[in-house]
Amino acid sequence: MSAQAPAAELTARFGVSAGRRRKDRIARAIILAATILALIPLVLIIYYLLEKGLGAWSSSFFTTDPTGNTFFKNSAIGGVKSAILGSIEMVALASAIAIPLGVGVALWLVEYGRASWFAKVVRFFVDVLTGVPSIVFGLFIYIVLVIGTGSTFAGYKGSLALSLLMLPVVIRSAEVILLLVPGGLRESALALGAPRWKVIFRIVLPTALPGMVTGVLLAVARAAGETAPLLFTAGSPKKTTTDLGAFMNSLPVQIYNDINSATPSVVSRAWGAALALVTLILLLNLAARLISRRSRLV
Amino acid sequence: MTPTRRTTEVADVDPDRSSELERTDAGSPADGGEELAKRQRLISVPEAAGATTVARPGFGVKLEQLRAFYGDAEQVKGIDLEFRANEVTAIIGPSGCGKSTMVRCINRMHEEIPGARAEGRVLLDGMDIYDPSVDVVAVRRAVGMVFQKPNPFPTMSIYDNVAAGLRLSGRRGGDLDAKVETALRGAGLWSEVSDRLSQPGAGLSGGQQQRLCIARSLAVEPEVILMDEPCSALDPVATLKIEELIDELKQRVTIVIVTHNMQQAARVADRTAFMLDGQLVEIGPTQEIFTKPTDSRTEEYVTGKFG
Repeated sequence: MSAQAPAAELTARFGVSAGRRRKDRIARAIILAATILALIPLVLIIYYLLEKGLGAWSSSFFTTDPTGNTFFKNSAIGGVKSAILGSIEMVALASAIAIPLGVGVALWLVEYGRASWFAKVVRFFVDVLTGVPSIVFGLFIYIVLVIGTGSTFAGYKGSLALSLLMLPVVIRSAEVILLLVPGGLRESALALGAPRWKVIFRIVLPTALPGMVTGVLLAVARAAGETAPLLFTAGSPKKTTTDLGAFMNSLPVQIYNDINSATPSVVSRAWGAALALVTLILLLNLAARLISRRSRLV
Repeated sequence: MTPTRRTTEVADVDPDRSSELERTDAGSPADGGEELAKRQRLISVPEAAGATTVARPGFGVKLEQLRAFYGDAEQVKGIDLEFRANEVTAIIGPSGCGKSTMVRCINRMHEEIPGARAEGRVLLDGMDIYDPSVDVVAVRRAVGMVFQKPNPFPTMSIYDNVAAGLRLSGRRGGDLDAKVETALRGAGLWSEVSDRLSQPGAGLSGGQQQRLCIARSLAVEPEVILMDEPCSALDPVATLKIEELIDELKQRVTIVIVTHNMQQAARVADRTAFMLDGQLVEIGPTQEIFTKPTDSRTEEYVTGKFG
C-alpha cells in the first residue's frame, strides 16, 4: 500500500460494511436472547424453591420423621428426616457400586479395549442404557429382586436400581475424559519402564481426576433426584432406618407422595423437601470440587 | 560434573565391555529381562585403560533386518544398523521415511500403537529385546526415550517428575533426594530449579521442560537414550543447551537422535545415518556423510536438493 493512497479507497477496502455491521448486531441479539430465554426457567425454579420451600423449613423439619397424620388441620405432619437420611444412604451405596465399576469399564475401553469388536459392543450397549427411561431400571429390579425372589422392597434394591441408572453416565463421561489425557503422557511413562497398571494409577487417573469428578457428580445428582426407580424397589416408609435391607424412604419419593396431598401443609413440606434435595446436591458439588482441586497440584 | 556420581560397585561386568562392539550373544535370552534389570551398571574404568571419561558405559544396539508395520503398511523395510556404545548417532531423512518408527522399535514403544508390530532382531548389548522371554518393562528401563514435545507429568511437581521414573519403575530404594539432584544436574537443570522443586513441572519454559524430561529419563539410569526430534519445539538457545547436554551425556549413555535439522546432526552426532523410504541408505562418520557421502541420494539430501 502506498502512503499516498486516498483515505476513501482504504475505507472501501478495509472498512466494515454497513450490511456486515447489521448482520453482526442481529446475530449477537439472537444469541443473547437465547441465553436470557434459557435463564428464565432456571431463575424461576430457584425463586419458587426458595419462596415455597424456605417456609416449610424449621428445626423439626430436619429432625422428625413424617407422621402420616395429614387429615386434621392442626395435627403435626412431621418433617423429612427419614427421607434425607434414606436418600443419602441409598445414593451413597449406589455410588459405591456404580463409580468404581463405571470408571473400571471406562479404563478398560480406553486403555485396553480401544477399537476391538468387544469394546464396540460395550460402547453400543452403554449408549443404549443411557437412553433407557429410569422407570425401566426400577421395573427391572422389581421383577428380578422383588417379585423374582418373592420378597419385598428394600433400601439396597433401590440402590441397585439407582446404580444401574448411574452406570452408563459414569462410563461415558469417564471415557470421554480419559480419552483427553494426552497419549504422550502414557508413552513417556511407559518409556520410563513403568508397568501399565502404574501408568494408569499414577499418571492417567490423576490427570483425568478433575474432569472425571464433574461427570461422576452429574451421575450422582441424577440418581439423587430420581423417583421412578425407587417407587417400587425401596418403598416409602415413614420411619428412619439405617438398615438397607428394610423399606427406605427418600426425598424424591417423599416429594412425589406429598405433592399429591390435599393438605396444604403437606404440599408445603414437598417444597421444603425439594429445596433440601437441591441444597444437598449443591453441597455435594462444592465438596467434590474442593477435594478434586486440592488433590491437584498447583 | 556430577559430584554424587557413584564410581564403585564393579561386579561381574567386564571392564572392556564397552569396546566389545561385535559381541552379539552375551547373556542367554531366556533370562534376559531379569538380567537387564539386575545388571550392575556402574563401573569405574581404571586410568590405565585410557578411557577416563567413561564412568558408566552405555549399551551398543544392533538392528538386524528390522521391519516395522502399521497394520499392513510396512514403514521400516528391513534395516541392519549398529549404534555404538557411548556414541551419538543421528538419524536423518525426509518426513515419513520411518526414522521415528525405527527408533521406537529400540525400546518397543512401536508396539504400543494399535495394529503396529515389528519383525527382525534388536540386539541390546547382544540380547534380542524381541525375544518372547524378555520383559518389555525391563527393556524400557534400559532404553529411555525423550519425545518431540516436552511432556512433563502435569499433576506432578518438578521433584516428583524426576522421581516419577524411579517410583513408577518400582526402584524406590536409596536416597531419592540425591538421585533426583543427580538427574537434574545431569540434565543441566539443577541450578535453575533447585529453589523451586515443589512447583509444577508444567510451569517451566519449553526448553526447561524438555531438560526436565531428560532428567526424568536419566533418573532411572538407562544405558541408551532415544531422542525423537527433541529440539523441534524449542528455540535456538534452548536447543543449544540440549545439544551441549547430549555431548556430556554420551559419556554415560548411548544416544540415538532423530532430527530434521541437519546442522544439529552435524553438531552433535559422532555418526549419522541417512534413511529413505523405510530403508537405510548409508551410515558413517558425520563428517563423511555431510562432506563426501558414498550414495548420491545422501548427497542430494544433505545438500538440500530434496526433503
